[in-house]
Amino acid sequence: MTAAAPTAGTGSESKARRGFSLRWLVVAVPYLWLTAFFLVPFLIVIKISLSQRAVARPPYVPVIDLSAGIEALIAAIQQFSFDNYIWLTQNPLYLRAYGSSLWIAGISTLLVLLVGYPIAYGMARAPRRWQPTLVMLVILPFWTSFLIRVYAWVGILKREGLLNQFLMSLGVIGEPLTILNTNWAVYIGIVYSYLPFMVLPLYAALEKMDQTLLEAAADLGSPPFRSFWQITFPLSLPGVVAGCFLVFIPATGEFVIPDLLGGSNTLMIGRTLWSEFFSNRNWPIASAVAVVLLLLLVVPIVLFQNRAEKEQGAIGKAPVP
Amino acid sequence: MIARTSWFNVTSVTLGLAFLYLPIVLLVVYSFNESRLVTVWAGFSTKWYVSLFQNRSLLDAAWVTLRVAFVSATIATVLGTLAAIALVRHGRFRGRALFSGMIYAPLVMPDVITGLSMLLFFIAVGLDRGFWTITLAHITFSMCFVAIVVQARLVTFDMSLEEAALDLGAPPLKAFLLITLPIVMPAVVAGWMLAFTLSLDDLVIASFTTGPGATTLPMKIYSSVRLGVTPEINAACTILIGIVTAGVIAASIFTKRREIERRRAERLAAQQA
Amino acid sequence: MAAKAVGPVRRKFAPWNDPSAKPFIEFRNVTKRFGDFTAIDRLSLVIYEREFFALLGPSGCGKTTLMRMVAGFEEPTEGHVFLDGEDLVGVPPYRRPVNMMFQSYALFPHMTVAGNIAFGLKQDRMPKAEIERRVEEMLALVQLTKFAHRKPHQLSGGQRQRVALARSLAKKPKVLLLDEPLAALDKKLREETQFELTDLQQKLGLTFLIVTHDQEEAMTVADRIAVMDHGRIVQIATPAEIYEQPNSRYVADFIGDINLLEGHIASVKDGVVRFESVATGTPIEVVQELDASPGDHAWFAIRPEKVSIALARPGEPLPPNSVEGEVWDIGYLGDVSIYHVRLPSGAILKSTIANATRLVERPITWDDKVWLTWARDSGVVLTK
Repeated sequence: MTAAAPTAGTGSESKARRGFSLRWLVVAVPYLWLTAFFLVPFLIVIKISLSQRAVARPPYVPVIDLSAGIEALIAAIQQFSFDNYIWLTQNPLYLRAYGSSLWIAGISTLLVLLVGYPIAYGMARAPRRWQPTLVMLVILPFWTSFLIRVYAWVGILKREGLLNQFLMSLGVIGEPLTILNTNWAVYIGIVYSYLPFMVLPLYAALEKMDQTLLEAAADLGSPPFRSFWQITFPLSLPGVVAGCFLVFIPATGEFVIPDLLGGSNTLMIGRTLWSEFFSNRNWPIASAVAVVLLLLLVVPIVLFQNRAEKEQGAIGKAPVP
Repeated sequence: MIARTSWFNVTSVTLGLAFLYLPIVLLVVYSFNESRLVTVWAGFSTKWYVSLFQNRSLLDAAWVTLRVAFVSATIATVLGTLAAIALVRHGRFRGRALFSGMIYAPLVMPDVITGLSMLLFFIAVGLDRGFWTITLAHITFSMCFVAIVVQARLVTFDMSLEEAALDLGAPPLKAFLLITLPIVMPAVVAGWMLAFTLSLDDLVIASFTTGPGATTLPMKIYSSVRLGVTPEINAACTILIGIVTAGVIAASIFTKRREIERRRAERLAAQQA
Repeated sequence: MAAKAVGPVRRKFAPWNDPSAKPFIEFRNVTKRFGDFTAIDRLSLVIYEREFFALLGPSGCGKTTLMRMVAGFEEPTEGHVFLDGEDLVGVPPYRRPVNMMFQSYALFPHMTVAGNIAFGLKQDRMPKAEIERRVEEMLALVQLTKFAHRKPHQLSGGQRQRVALARSLAKKPKVLLLDEPLAALDKKLREETQFELTDLQQKLGLTFLIVTHDQEEAMTVADRIAVMDHGRIVQIATPAEIYEQPNSRYVADFIGDINLLEGHIASVKDGVVRFESVATGTPIEVVQELDASPGDHAWFAIRPEKVSIALARPGEPLPPNSVEGEVWDIGYLGDVSIYHVRLPSGAILKSTIANATRLVERPITWDDKVWLTWARDSGVVLTK
C-alpha cells in the first residue's frame, strides 16, 4: 500500500519487511477466502461429477477421506469415471435442454437489447439534470424483491390475468391469449428482470459520447438515421457488449423465471439441474450438468473478465517521469 | 450541447419505466384488495397487513433474512474492499490473473452453479447447514460485487492526496485509514447496500445452502407461490418497497441538500477571493 | 565558460562560489530507470542551504522525478541522494524532514483548513496546545486566520494554494519542495504570489526547491536555475548568467527570445572571437573567452533587446556587428515593439525596442530599409 515504488535492493530491510507484510495481508485475505469458498467448491463439483450415485449419506461414492492415507486416496480416485458425462451426452433430453437454454438466453438477450437501447438512448438524451433521477428510477426496482416482481407477472400473464382482460376490453382480441407457461412468458420475464443490466451499461456508454460528433455529422450533410448507425451505435458498442454479457451468461442458467413463468416444455438447464438435485437426489448427475454448463459458458466468462479488467484499467498506473 | 428531447426519446423512456414499474404497482394495489384473487378487485382492505403480522413463519423468515443480509453484507464489504485495494494498488503480483478471475466470474455465474458448488463444499468439509452456511455463501458472491464498486472508485482516486499524507509524516496504513478510506466511503457504503440487496433477494443459493431453522423470506415466498399465494405476501412486499423507497428518497434529499449547500459555499468563497 | 560575475546580484548570497560551503542537498551520480526508459541519466547536483533553487525544463525532462526523489516517492535506480549529510536512500517519505507542496494542492477535502495544517503535526505526536499555536502561526503567515474552519471546497483557488503552503511549512522542514506551484493561478495572482514566496523563503531562512516549466517564474524567484533536458542538466547558473551567458542553443532558446545565426568561427584571439555567418554576410565580433578553433561550426546568439535598429547607416567604413535589412513585420505589444527584419540572405533578425514615448506613428515602419547594430559584448558564441 505504499505510494513509493521501491526498486530492488534500495529499500532498507525493516521498511521492506513491514510494508511487505501489510501488502501481503491485503491480497492474501480475500484471495484465501475466494480460493476456499469459490475455487475449492468447483473442484469438489468436478470430483462429484466423476462419482457414482449411492443410497447413502452423502448420496455418492466414493467419499474421499483425506485422513485415510494415500492408498485409500488412490483407490478412491481409481473409482472416478466419466460415466455421468457419457450418460449426459447420450441423453437427448439434456442435450436439448442445453441447446434450449442457450437459445432462450440468446433470444432474450436480443430482446433485452431491442427494448433497452431506446430506453438508454432516451435517458442519455434527456436534460442533464433529470439524468440522475432517471438512473435512480431504473435502479429502484432492483432494490425490491426479484422473486416477487417475477411472481407479479404470473398475475398479469395468465389467461384470466390483467393483460388478457386489458386486451379483451379494448376489443383487440376475442379469445384470451395463452402466454403463461410458454416460452414467451419466459422471454418477457427475462427481459423484465435483466433490463437494468442492459440499460445501465448502455446508458453509461451513450452518456459519455461526445454530442458534437453528431453535430459535425449533421453539418457535413448526414441524415439523423445514418448518423445513428454510423456514429452513435458503433461508439455505444462497448456498452452493448457489456450489457449482452451481463444478460446472456446468467440467463443461460436461470431457474426462477422458467420455473414460475415457463411451461413443462420450457427446457432450461437451470431447472433441470435443480430437479436433478432436489427431486431425483442424483448429485453426481447434477454436478456433471453443472460442469458442462460451466464449460459452455467458460468462453463468454473469460471474454467478459478480460473486457472488464481492461475497462477498469486496474492494472497499476504507468509511472510519470 | 443540444439534447434533442424528441418524442421518440420521451416515449421510450416513459414506456420503459412503465414496463419496469407495472408489476410493482400491481403488487401494491392488490395488497389492499379485499379479495385474495389477484384478478378481481373487491374493495379496499388492510386485513392482509394484519394477518401478516400474525403469520409467525413469515415473520421468522423475514427476521432470518434480515440477519443473514446484515452479517453477510458487512463481512462482504470488508473482504470486497480489501480485494479492490489489491486489484488497484498492487500492480502485477503473482497469481493476479487467477485472483481477478475469481472476482469477475461470480458476477455472471448462474446461481444454480454457485449454490450447488457451495453446498457440496459444506458437505465435504462436514459443516452443518443453517444460518452460517447461507451467510458464508452470500459473503462469497457479494464480496465480488463490492470489489467492483469500490475498485471503480479507487481507480479514480487522486493518489496525490495519499502522497501528501505520507509526505506529512503518516505511515502508509494511517494514510489510508485517515485520508483514503473516508474519501472513498460513499463507494464502500454503496457496496454494502448492494451486498445487502443481493442477499435479501437471493433464492437459489439460499435454497441450496440452507438448513433446519434457516428458512429465508424468498424461500418462504417461493414455496407459497407454488401452492397459491395469499396477499399477505403482497403486503410484505409492499412494506419492503415502502421502506426501500423511503430510504432512497431520504438519501436523495440528503445529497441534494448537501449539493446546494456546497454550491452556495463555493459561490461565497469565489466572491470573497 | 566565463566565471566573471555577470549582471547585478540581488543579494550577496552565493554559496556556490564559496569553496568552504557544505552541500545541503546532493545528488551523486543518480540514475532513474522506469523499465526501458531512462528518466534521469547519471546526474550530479549540489544545492546549498537557504537557496531558492529551480529545476527548469519541458515536460518529460525528468525534473519532477528528481524532486520526487528528494521527497521519497521515487528511489534512484543507481546513485545516492544526500540531505544535510545523510543518505536518504531507503528512507520512506514519512520519515524525511522534507515537505512538498503539490501541484494540485492535494488538500484533504474532508478536513477543515486548520485540520489540514495540523495533520502533519499530529503525526509527530505534538502536544495539542502546541499544535494549536503552530496552526495559528501558519494561518497568520499566509493571512488566512479567518478561514480556519472552512473546508477546501469553500475556498477560492488562491486561498487553497495558501493553505497548501501553510500545511507544507507547518512542520518547519529542512527543505520545501514546490511542484509547479503557480501553474493554476492567473497572471496577476501569479506575480503577487511569486514575490510572496521569495519573501517567505528569506524570512523563514528555508531551502526551497521549485520545479517549473515556466522560465519567467524560474527567473523571478530562483537564486540558481538548473535547466534540464531529457534527464540531464544542461546548465546550472544564476538567472542572470543563464539569460546573458547561456552555454548552449538549448538553454538560449528555452529562456526568453533569441536570435540564432549559424556560421563558423573565423578566429579566437585576445579574448575576442571573430564569427562569420552566411546570414549576415558582414563580420561579427564578440568579446568572449571561448575554447574553440578557427573553422569550428558554431552559432551566434543575441537577445532581440540588445539589437539596435536605425534608418541611418552606422558609419563608413561599415563597423563589425552591423547589417542591413528590410522591415518584414512589426509586433506591437504596448510596452515594446518587436521588429522582424529580413536580411538580404533571407534570414530574419529580431530587434525589440521599448516604446519610450507615446508616439503613435513611429519613425520606422514596414518595408523600410534599416540598419541593425549591436555591441561587442551583447551576444555570445555557442559551440553546442
